[in-house]
Amino acid sequence: ITEVCGAKRVGYFGPAQFYIALKLIAAAQSGFPVRIESIKNELPLPRFMALKNDSEVRYGTPAELHGVKFQVPHATLEKNSYKRTDEGEKQEPKSPPMSPICSPPASPSTYQRIPLSYGYGKSRSGLEQQHGAPYEIRHSTHQQDGPSSGNYGAKPALSCSTLNRSLSAEREQPDSSAHYSDDPWRITEEQRDYYINQFRSLQPDLNSFISGSVAKNFFTKSKLPIPELSHIWELSDVDCDGALTLPEFCAAFHLVVARKNGYQLPETLPETLLPEYLQAASLKPMRDCALFDSYSESLPGGQPTRDFSRTEKASAEEVPDNSALLQDGKKEDKQALKVSTALKMIPKEFQHLTVKTAAQESNALKARPRSRSYSSTSIEDAMKKGEEPPTPPPRPQKSHSRASSLDLNKIFQQNTQAVRSGWLPPPPPALPPRPSVSQTEQVSEVELHPQMNRPPSQAEENSSAKKEVVLAQPPSKPARRKLRTETQGLETPELSPTINVTSSLPAVKPHLPVQKQSTKQKRAIQTAIRKNKEANAVLARLNSELQQQLKEVHKERIALETQLEQLRPVTVL
Amino acid sequence: VLVSLICSPPQNYPLYIRSVPTENELKFHYTVHTSLDVVDEKISAMGKALVDQRELYLGLLYPTEDYKVYGYVTNSKVKFVMVVDSSNTALRDNEIRSMFRKLHNSYTDIMCNPFYNPGDRIHSRAFDNMVNSMMMQVC
Repeated sequence: ITEVCGAKRVGYFGPAQFYIALKLIAAAQSGFPVRIESIKNELPLPRFMALKNDSEVRYGTPAELHGVKFQVPHATLEKNSYKRTDEGEKQEPKSPPMSPICSPPASPSTYQRIPLSYGYGKSRSGLEQQHGAPYEIRHSTHQQDGPSSGNYGAKPALSCSTLNRSLSAEREQPDSSAHYSDDPWRITEEQRDYYINQFRSLQPDLNSFISGSVAKNFFTKSKLPIPELSHIWELSDVDCDGALTLPEFCAAFHLVVARKNGYQLPETLPETLLPEYLQAASLKPMRDCALFDSYSESLPGGQPTRDFSRTEKASAEEVPDNSALLQDGKKEDKQALKVSTALKMIPKEFQHLTVKTAAQESNALKARPRSRSYSSTSIEDAMKKGEEPPTPPPRPQKSHSRASSLDLNKIFQQNTQAVRSGWLPPPPPALPPRPSVSQTEQVSEVELHPQMNRPPSQAEENSSAKKEVVLAQPPSKPARRKLRTETQGLETPELSPTINVTSSLPAVKPHLPVQKQSTKQKRAIQTAIRKNKEANAVLARLNSELQQQLKEVHKERIALETQLEQLRPVTVL
Repeated sequence: VLVSLICSPPQNYPLYIRSVPTENELKFHYTVHTSLDVVDEKISAMGKALVDQRELYLGLLYPTEDYKVYGYVTNSKVKFVMVVDSSNTALRDNEIRSMFRKLHNSYTDIMCNPFYNPGDRIHSRAFDNMVNSMMMQVC
C-alpha cells in the first residue's frame, strides 16, 4: 500500500498519499486488490480497530452511537496523527501521536469550521517549535486525566473524537491543503454563538446595529488598551458607519478575543472576518470543506499559539464532555442546553452535530455564569478553580501571557471572583438539588433524537435564553472588591443545577404535556428573576462603593493639584 | 515633498502631522502652523457661507519660496493643511482637491470610531496607511 500510494516514492505520507493509503486499506479490508483502481470503487471506510491508539479506545464507545460515520473519524484521526507526525517530523522531532488528535480544536459543529479548526490545530501544533514538546506532553497527560480534572486537557481526545466524528466524510477528500492553514481568524461555531448571544444582550434585534457608544462600553470591559480597541474597531467596522452589525460585531469580538490571547492585531481585516463572509457563514453553516487558502496571518510565538490552541482545544473539549460524559452528572445543564442549541444550529441532518453544537452552546452558557464577564482572565480563573473543565468560547488563558496586563488580570480576577462570591450571600440556596444521573442519561437519549429535541429544546430555549440574560448582566460590571473566592465554586454549581433542572426536566420528558413544561418554565423564570434581583443588589452595592472610591480619588487629585499650584514658581512680575 | 496637517478647533493644535520625506521636518511644521493663520483669515472672511461645500477647499493659501500651501476646512472647523513642493508641477488643483477629500473621508471614518475622542491625536493605522499611500502617489 505504501508503495502504491506513492509514499515510498515521495518519502513521506503527504495528505494525498495518506488518503490514498487509507482508501487502499479500506479496499484491502473489503477484499479488493490493492491497486490504484480500487480506490475508485465505493468502499466502506477503513477500520482501524487493531490500532492501539488511546484515541482509538476512547472513540470506541461513542463510535457505536453514531454508526458508520465513526469509522471515518477513526481514519481521519489516524490521518491526523500520521499527518501530524509527518509535519512534526519536519518541524518537531517528538510529537506523540496523541497530541494531534487534541490539537484540532474548537467547534466541531459545522463542516466548514471543522476542517478549518482541524487545519489550524494541526498547523498550530506544527508551528509550536520550542513549546511544542511540553504542549504535547501536557496534552498527553491531560488525556490521562479523568473528566474530573479541572482543565481542558482531559477532554481533548474525546473532543477530537466527537469533532472528527462530525467531520467524518468531508475530510476524506484530499483537498486538505485548506485544512492545514493556520487560522486563528476564523470564528468557530460556538464562538459565533457566544458572540451572537452577546450581541443579543446588547441589542435584541439581530438585524440591526449596535451603536458606537454601546459597543465602546462593551469592549472597554475587555480591558484592552484604548488604542488597540480603536484599531479593532477600525478593522471591524467595515462600512465605517459608527455602528456594528452582527457580522461586524462578531469580527470585533473575535479580534478582541484573539488579542487577549496574545495574537497581534492584523493590519487589515482577515478575510474570514469580513462581514460578507460572516453573513454567508451564518446563513449557511453547512459548507463544503474545500475552502479558502490560508492567508498570511503569522502566529506570534509559541506561547500565544499554545494558549490559543489550548483554548481552542478547550472549546473543543466541551463537546466531548457532553457526548462522552453523558453519565457524568457534572454536565447536565450543558446537555440540556445542548438541546436548545440544536434549534439554533441549522444543520439538521447530523444528529451528532446538533448534539455537539448544543453541547458547546450549553458550555458557553454554563461558562458565562462562571466567568461573570467576557474577559478571558476571569474565565481562566474559573477554570483554575477546577469547577468545570470546559472553557467558554472566549478563549481563556491558563497563564498570563503578557506581563503588562498581569496586574489588571489579577485585579480583574479578584473582582470577578468578588462578584461571584458576592452573589452567594443574598440568595439562599433554595435551588433544587443537582439532577440525578438518570436524568442526564435520559437527556442524552433525548438528544440523540433530533425530532424529540424540538419541543424540549424550545422550552429549553426560553429558559436558557432567560438564563443568558440573567447571567450576562453580572459579567458586564467587573467588581473591584476583594472577597473570598471559594464561594464562587458554590455559585456555579448552584446556578448550573438550576439551569440543569429547569432545562433538563423538560428535555428529559419530551412526552409530557405542554402544561408541565410551562410550569417548569415558570419556575425557571422565577429563578431567573430572583437571580436577576440578586445581581441587581450586588451591582448596586458595587456601584455605591465605586462612587465612593471615585470621590476619594477626586479629592486626592484636587489636593495634588493645589499642591502643584503652590509649588509652581511664581512667574508674575 | 508633501506635508499634511490636521488641526482641530478651537485652539488649533495639531491632531496629525505627517511629512514625506522626513528631513527638514521642522521647517514644514513651522510652515503649516503659520499657514493656519491664513486659513483662519479665510474662513473668517467668508462670514455666513461656511456651510457651502465649495468653501471647504480653500485653495492655494500662499506660495512661498519653493512650495505651495493648500488649505481645507471642514464644517466643524477642522483644518487640513497641505504643503507641496513647487517643483511638483504635475499636481493640479483637482488632484489636491481629491486628496483633501480623501483626507476628509478618512477623518470621518476615524470620527465614527467610538474609541476615538475628538481632540485626541490621531493614531489610527488605517489613517496612516491612507496618508502614506497618498503621499507615495505624489512623490
